[in-house]
Amino acid sequence: MTRIPNTAFILIAAVICGACASDEADGDTVEFPRTAGGQPDLSGVWQAVNTAHWNLEPHVPGYPVLLELGAQFAVPPGPGVVDGGEIPYLPEARAERDRRFANRLTDDPEGKCYLGGVPRSTYMPYPFQILQNADDILIVYQFATGTRRLFVDGAEPAPLDSWMGWSNARWEGDTLVVEVTGFNGQTWLDRAGNYASAGAKVTERYTPLGPDHLQYEATIEDASVYSRPWTIRMPLYRIVDEGFQLLEFKCEPFAEEKVYGHLRKPGTEFPEEVRSQ
Amino acid sequence: MKHSMTRLNRSILAVAVAGALASVAALPAAAQSSDSGPRTAWGDPDIAGVYAQYTTAPLERPEQFGEREFLTDEEFAEVENRRLTARELNFESDTEPGTAADVHYNLDQFALGANEGVSSPNRRTSIVTLPANGRIPAALPQVAERRTANQARTRGREYDGPEFRSLTERCIVWSSTLPPILPGGYNSNMQIFQSPGYVMIQGEMGDPRVIPTDGRALPENLLPQWNGTSVGRWEGDTLVVETAGFRRETAWRNSSEKLHVTEKFTRVDEDTLDYAFTVVDPETWAEPWGGVYPITEMENVLFEYACTEGNYGMANILSGERAREREAAAGQ
Repeated sequence: MTRIPNTAFILIAAVICGACASDEADGDTVEFPRTAGGQPDLSGVWQAVNTAHWNLEPHVPGYPVLLELGAQFAVPPGPGVVDGGEIPYLPEARAERDRRFANRLTDDPEGKCYLGGVPRSTYMPYPFQILQNADDILIVYQFATGTRRLFVDGAEPAPLDSWMGWSNARWEGDTLVVEVTGFNGQTWLDRAGNYASAGAKVTERYTPLGPDHLQYEATIEDASVYSRPWTIRMPLYRIVDEGFQLLEFKCEPFAEEKVYGHLRKPGTEFPEEVRSQ
Repeated sequence: MKHSMTRLNRSILAVAVAGALASVAALPAAAQSSDSGPRTAWGDPDIAGVYAQYTTAPLERPEQFGEREFLTDEEFAEVENRRLTARELNFESDTEPGTAADVHYNLDQFALGANEGVSSPNRRTSIVTLPANGRIPAALPQVAERRTANQARTRGREYDGPEFRSLTERCIVWSSTLPPILPGGYNSNMQIFQSPGYVMIQGEMGDPRVIPTDGRALPENLLPQWNGTSVGRWEGDTLVVETAGFRRETAWRNSSEKLHVTEKFTRVDEDTLDYAFTVVDPETWAEPWGGVYPITEMENVLFEYACTEGNYGMANILSGERAREREAAAGQ
């Protein structure tokens, strides 16, 4: 099943990604694509396939946020993606996480169609597309039509805070390392209320595993929230469907009743005919 | 880093060359095939950058110009003088902070940077160049019927909730970001990002269009989308983008879901692309129409806009209407 595609590649992958399983060969193409400059070419459409968007920590199945939503919106179980299992919250920060979980129906920015932030956008249950040239990398996320420009070899600090942060990237061997700062502190990390503050620094690492797989890691440092830096790890899978294009997911209309319903004219209701547009 | 304020000093020289450039991208001329411009590392024409899409020409040609496409030297000098004066005024800060007079869009004060509002010289009398009179063709009679039906559907409910407010108030689409892209009142900027096989175009306030340039045709049976579906191809130095498959509700200038947009991006100098567009919609106009205007490269990056995340406007519109209703009820 597993072939040895390239000894040097395996060595690099083993050093950078000791915890990753070696990749399965897909047919005869076992090399990860490379740019003319020799770097791994991350271009393509990718998606995480796990339950990290529900909860980064290990979790048993759970009730849907509204009981009437039933089984199809229940929380599926997952082993978690955090090194060591638990996020090392400071005690008061853990209490804040629990408060956010309790209020997730109203407070989770995902429900309001707000930009997902980093790293959350990576493992939301939607595809995203990486565009790469010799100088820069751009990521387009289907959810909330978010974009991020990664400044390769960029060193400028964030000019302003933002939802998706400010991304300076560099290549370390075959790994793209992205340091993300300049957050606004309004994003969450998952649907379970896990969070970081505006002062967080997220260091992402994208490493080829095989032609259609990337290893994704993100280390989150935020001394006001955690007792130490912590890391999540997961593979990302290439969408291989022929001619696949991201479809537009403008989620604003679906969040309007949630966000503005309290301002609706008294005695009126959401117009049902709008649902069928 | 292409330029900053040096643009102001260079503009006099630019006046001299603009006449020569002005005839380059007239519609419906065939695509230019100079094959001479800068190239990306993988050989495509290089049109990447962040561009301001402001221009001095009005969308439709003032009637006094008739079928004349270009300003005379005298008229152009006057337009240029106004353009440069307006730019300088943008950076004056002679009002006192904290006073009512200080509440205005002073670009410097709002830290919008020296690039906001830049525009390349434009000798044209209008953006619209097709038809020859520079005027948008009259809409077909059925357009008025469509509008009336749409208005009847929501009449009296426009302020009940957010769903019948305008698409821009709802952070869904803008005329400055949709294809075709037109100059807008503010944040009228776009990024063009290139990678092998793709061009990504995003207006500052709008959504990214990831456009394959591998020569594929627009699929049939497109799923309707707010921004349509786009495919591109290179014709010489020109990027040609075809877009169709709009949602009925997008209704760009009251168009139907049959709207088909062709856009052409052509580099004309170091800092300038010509942006040309043609629209066809047999259910809205009896004939195609289109236009062209220059977009101007800036040294800025396109910063995150995050419209819906900060849409206090919608909350204020609705709560204002609720307050008006309460006042009206109390007054009876």
